[in-house]
Amino acid sequence: MYGYIVKRLLMLLPTLIGAAILVFLLLRLVPGDICLIKFGGEGAYADPEQIKQCQINLGLENPIYVQFWDYMKGFFVLDLGTSMWTGKDVTYEIGVRFELSLQVAIMATLTSIVIAIPLGVISAAKQNTMVDYVVRGFSIAGIAMPSFWLGILMILGLLIGTQEFMGRPWMPPISFKSIFDDPAHNISQLIWPALATGYRYSAVATRMTRSAMLEVLGEDYVRTARAKGLIEKVIVNKHALKNAMLPVVTIIGIEFAFLMGGLVVTEQVFNLNGLGKLFVESVTQSDYTLTQALVMLVVTIFVFMNFVVDVLYAWLDPRIRYS
Amino acid sequence: MSTMDASPETNTGFKRVRITDHIGRMVRRQPLGTGGAIVIILMVFMAVFAEFIAPYDPEANSFEHMLVAPSMEFLLGTDQFGRDLFSRIVYGARTALFVGFACALVGAFGGLILGVASAYFGGWFDLIMQRIIDVFMAFPLIIMALAIVSIFGTGTDKVIIAITIPFVPRCARVVRSSALAIREMPYVDAARSIGYGHMRIIMKHIAPNVLAPFLIMLTAFLGEAILLEASLSYLGMGVQEPTPAWGLMLQGGAEEYAESAPWVPIWPGLAITIAVFGFNLFGDAVRDILDPKLRTRG
Repeated sequence: MYGYIVKRLLMLLPTLIGAAILVFLLLRLVPGDICLIKFGGEGAYADPEQIKQCQINLGLENPIYVQFWDYMKGFFVLDLGTSMWTGKDVTYEIGVRFELSLQVAIMATLTSIVIAIPLGVISAAKQNTMVDYVVRGFSIAGIAMPSFWLGILMILGLLIGTQEFMGRPWMPPISFKSIFDDPAHNISQLIWPALATGYRYSAVATRMTRSAMLEVLGEDYVRTARAKGLIEKVIVNKHALKNAMLPVVTIIGIEFAFLMGGLVVTEQVFNLNGLGKLFVESVTQSDYTLTQALVMLVVTIFVFMNFVVDVLYAWLDPRIRYS
Repeated sequence: MSTMDASPETNTGFKRVRITDHIGRMVRRQPLGTGGAIVIILMVFMAVFAEFIAPYDPEANSFEHMLVAPSMEFLLGTDQFGRDLFSRIVYGARTALFVGFACALVGAFGGLILGVASAYFGGWFDLIMQRIIDVFMAFPLIIMALAIVSIFGTGTDKVIIAITIPFVPRCARVVRSSALAIREMPYVDAARSIGYGHMRIIMKHIAPNVLAPFLIMLTAFLGEAILLEASLSYLGMGVQEPTPAWGLMLQGGAEEYAESAPWVPIWPGLAITIAVFGFNLFGDAVRDILDPKLRTRG
């Protein structure tokens, strides 16, 4: 087991280094130059001297291999540099927004679990009936509906709903306050994006629950349980559900990792100042240092979640060989 | 399946299977998939005959008719530039289908070639390919697509590149695992022992036998590509004005006018949802039919 964990950990390294190289290469192909955008943006006159100085300051004048060396060294000494746009530390820029994105991701994951597991179980227990079709339709609709549109509809619904029942329109608060300082304010702001993304991500988990349940319900021991006259409810809830949870846990773990990156669109709709919005901004501003740090953060979270899920899987299911 | 209705009644005693019988069976066995197919057919119809269906020019501004509510004159209302929403949605189907099919076809074919080659040659080539694919798969789709758009710039053709690139490794991985099993088949050994070249064995003996996972990925990509294009356009990093595209119609005005003119955000979003819904239902049915292991599940 320990050997397996160490081996899997070592296998993460080439992926992460490969991702770092890919990000570097991708961004160096970007035609935009941050100094031009910063000083020459919106038709303003750009002093060539000023631009040159800016490029020297940011290290953009160095040969590409020097830039690459500085970049790779940064990861190992955990110095991600300063944002080329704001001039503040990248770690500061990310740190300010990390809590918001993490909280939305956690809340969205919880939402998707609450939706997915009951629906998946019902759908499997009533396979090929009307209930099954409705649940499957509901979950496929969740994948089909763009989360930004769902977000717009939610805001619209809130405006109209509060206008009807409270007499004046109410909007979720714009500014972010930590859940530890002002829970009511915090929840009333973040519950909506969490619901919108949670519904979308529940779709995959619902289908996973359904197919895992169907597989388990076809096992011999379930037939035995039926043969000895157990009620169906007990069979489904006690005998089948626990054994069907393994793949569901996996998919939820992997989705959580994707959520951190997938919030890009949702944060835009709800105007949340999180990592997704920061990413869109840094991409449009050609802010290399910030973009590469953000992408690497998302990739690292994703790769590590995968690792944790794999190890959990091997630990929970002894039949899996550590190869 | 489809070859049966082409062959005339040569053998007596066999009932000729008509195409209508196939459709009848499909409707009974895959009611959801049939629904999806109908949505796709309607969408293709809308895209092909857009000129005849749309009552107005989708790009023409008309400042006398800004934010007009849905009426007989403007079926779905107009946006903040006075453009007819119905016409823009009809033409938007063209953009969505073009992007969807281009990305899914190129992405899945690229994946097919890389996946089969990786499985067939094995060894170092396979190892390196798999590590590269690992790297690509570590990026969430939208992050990868945004990064690529920031390199190539915006516009319909660039969006297609940005969506296709992350598709290739996803398909390659699935195709490879099927191709690995096919490679061990005796007929592949036989083909090699007769002295057939690599190209011939790959194209004639391996590729046709991994068509099932290939088609499953292809249909799954269709809906995904349409949704990704809408997301990129919504972020302002995809298809650009004045091209009619559903995601773009939700950008800019849609949120501002949400309360006073709710039709502006509602219709384009509904169009995206129905389209992706249709493609996903159809893709699920294709997977059920082609993957015997999943046939009873889904």
